Amino acid sequence: MAPVDKSKVPWWVSNLIVPLVNLTLALLVSGLFIFIAGENPYQAVRLIIYGSFGYIEGFAYTLYYTTNFIFTGLAFAVAFHCRLFNIGGEGQAYIGGLGVFLVAVNFSFLPVPMVWLLSIAGAMVFGAAWAFIPAYLQATRGSHVVITTIMFNFIAASLMVFLLVDVIRDTAQMGPHTVALPKEQWFPSFKDFAALFGIKIRYSPLNISFLLAIAASFFVWFLVWKTRWGYEMRAVGHNTQAAIYAGISPYKNIIIAMCISGGLAGLLGVNEILGVHHKIVAGFPAGYGFTGIAVALMGRNHPIGIFPAAFLFGILYQGGSEVTFDMPNITRYMFVAVQGVIILFSGALENLFRPQIESFFVNRLNIKASA
Amino acid sequence: MEFLSDIASLINSTLRISTPLVFAAMAGIFAERSGVIDFSLEGKMLMAAFVAAVGSYFLGNPWLGLLLAIIACVSLSMLHGFASVTYKGDQVVSCVAINILIIGLTTALAAAWFGQAGLTPTLSEDQRFLEVNLPFAETLRDVPIIGTIYSDILSGHYIFVYLAYLSVPLVFWVVFKTSFGLRLRAVGENPSAVDTAGINVFAMRYKALAINGVLIAFAGAHLSTAVNANFFREMSAGRGYLALAAMIFGKWHPKTALVACLLFGFTDALQIRLQGVDLPVIGEIPVQLIQAIPYVLTVVLLAGFVGKAIAPNAIGQPYIKER
Repeated sequence: MAPVDKSKVPWWVSNLIVPLVNLTLALLVSGLFIFIAGENPYQAVRLIIYGSFGYIEGFAYTLYYTTNFIFTGLAFAVAFHCRLFNIGGEGQAYIGGLGVFLVAVNFSFLPVPMVWLLSIAGAMVFGAAWAFIPAYLQATRGSHVVITTIMFNFIAASLMVFLLVDVIRDTAQMGPHTVALPKEQWFPSFKDFAALFGIKIRYSPLNISFLLAIAASFFVWFLVWKTRWGYEMRAVGHNTQAAIYAGISPYKNIIIAMCISGGLAGLLGVNEILGVHHKIVAGFPAGYGFTGIAVALMGRNHPIGIFPAAFLFGILYQGGSEVTFDMPNITRYMFVAVQGVIILFSGALENLFRPQIESFFVNRLNIKASA
Repeated sequence: MEFLSDIASLINSTLRISTPLVFAAMAGIFAERSGVIDFSLEGKMLMAAFVAAVGSYFLGNPWLGLLLAIIACVSLSMLHGFASVTYKGDQVVSCVAINILIIGLTTALAAAWFGQAGLTPTLSEDQRFLEVNLPFAETLRDVPIIGTIYSDILSGHYIFVYLAYLSVPLVFWVVFKTSFGLRLRAVGENPSAVDTAGINVFAMRYKALAINGVLIAFAGAHLSTAVNANFFREMSAGRGYLALAAMIFGKWHPKTALVACLLFGFTDALQIRLQGVDLPVIGEIPVQLIQAIPYVLTVVLLAGFVGKAIAPNAIGQPYIKER
């Protein structure tokens, strides 16, 4: 098939139709997996939709997951614009959570809004610091960030378990977690908000971090597309040699991109610790860091795409837990597999039907134009 | 004499622990020498472990389990090739997709078929590989030094251990001494020159990936049907990445990669030894920190404090034939 002139392809074909076709393919393959596991895929889809939209608590959970996926999706996307694969979001989020907790505990004498702001900063600084070493090694020694960030995930997990068991554990309790933060430091939750309107909700993990996630999306959009630095970073990602000729330092940009990426991943800790657990619980990043990769690739690494992609994964996660309740053969790992399939079709295999779809639409538009 | 037997058992476990790393590093050499990045060693190893355990459980024969694992891994390699060679997708994304897919799929299917814990049933003795005692190991045991080396270090391993170390010279021979190997390396360095010479670049890369799939299957089968008697969730535990780091550290050469694998194996064996031991000066190191040592070592090795690693020139780039 002859390649199509890219400039003639309408934006909605390449940014809307093609991703939707790829997503549909991914979901069909996922349905096959559910079938292999011995359950009815159609029934599973119904449960997913009911679980994520069917009742208000369920919908709030969907948005809570969306919050996490926006953070980790943005994190992956920023690094990806510099052609860096930061798959260490998991570890950066874990360490970011440590930053949140340490700030909140040590600055508890300050007024609460100040503590919140400092905790957010703490999350970003700690997350960025955890991304810095892989970034530095990539920039100076060419050590591939995919391996180093994965290793830093393992190291972060070991370090945090060590800290939670031996150093900052709540000694009055058995489990590997810290003491809870004082109640006034907790982020206002959707439950409090709904109560203002007289709606009673039993429990909801959704909290104002959701707004922080939207703010972070704007921040990323502005940073990557509207600042000089964002331009430099994309230039390095696009063509390092050309960037060097233009006087742009790849070294500096690689490190900054990774640190911002790590900082964004660290924000996951804000949602989880100030918003939900109110303490550090062992293993709280729970795979959100990896899901961020799928979210970013599906959202074509743009905040406008990442938001719906994060929402879609929110639906999959929340609806998925409904499925695991009702279908004994399905565990949450099935939805990890679904993520893999989505990354495959919307990332690696994105060119599978792109030429066909694009030329189909370009030809139709040509016919229309000449008629 | 206790010191000597300590050393012997440390070397013995080093050889055993390094085995999956050696297979994976050799598998990585084939893919990467042909110009295809393979971060999906991790996922493929996990897949092989799962398929070998399940296959052997249902078919009652570990060799059939291994055969199925080979088929599964070659299929995954072909999928990687399909995405990144034929469709010119991003090779790293393809690998990340395969890894996440397999982590989810193996655990989900184990849970669906065998119960919620995500374990496969324990294999009986005839469903798994057993230790191989080399001839005369018993008679030679009491001979000083030779007895220790032969009976305590070399004998009594699983078949995979011997196969792994045999595969190293074999891979060296194929990659550096045959015309296939010459073409393989050329495809990874300068695909357009190879194309001009009338060799099909795509076919070469697919062949390399097929060999890669066969080799990595042995690593997975070793984990679930030899050293362990079942599959459990994420049992590859980053070994695919460690092997890749060993391969890079070994500069894409079988011999140096082997040395790096043994270094990893030794660190891991030592790490297991050090758990709960009261060391002089430092005292007892917490077990969580000791377990992180192989991962820290990987980063240190990759940082290349022993010289920069030069990858095959065309690595990671899809080959686009000019029209």
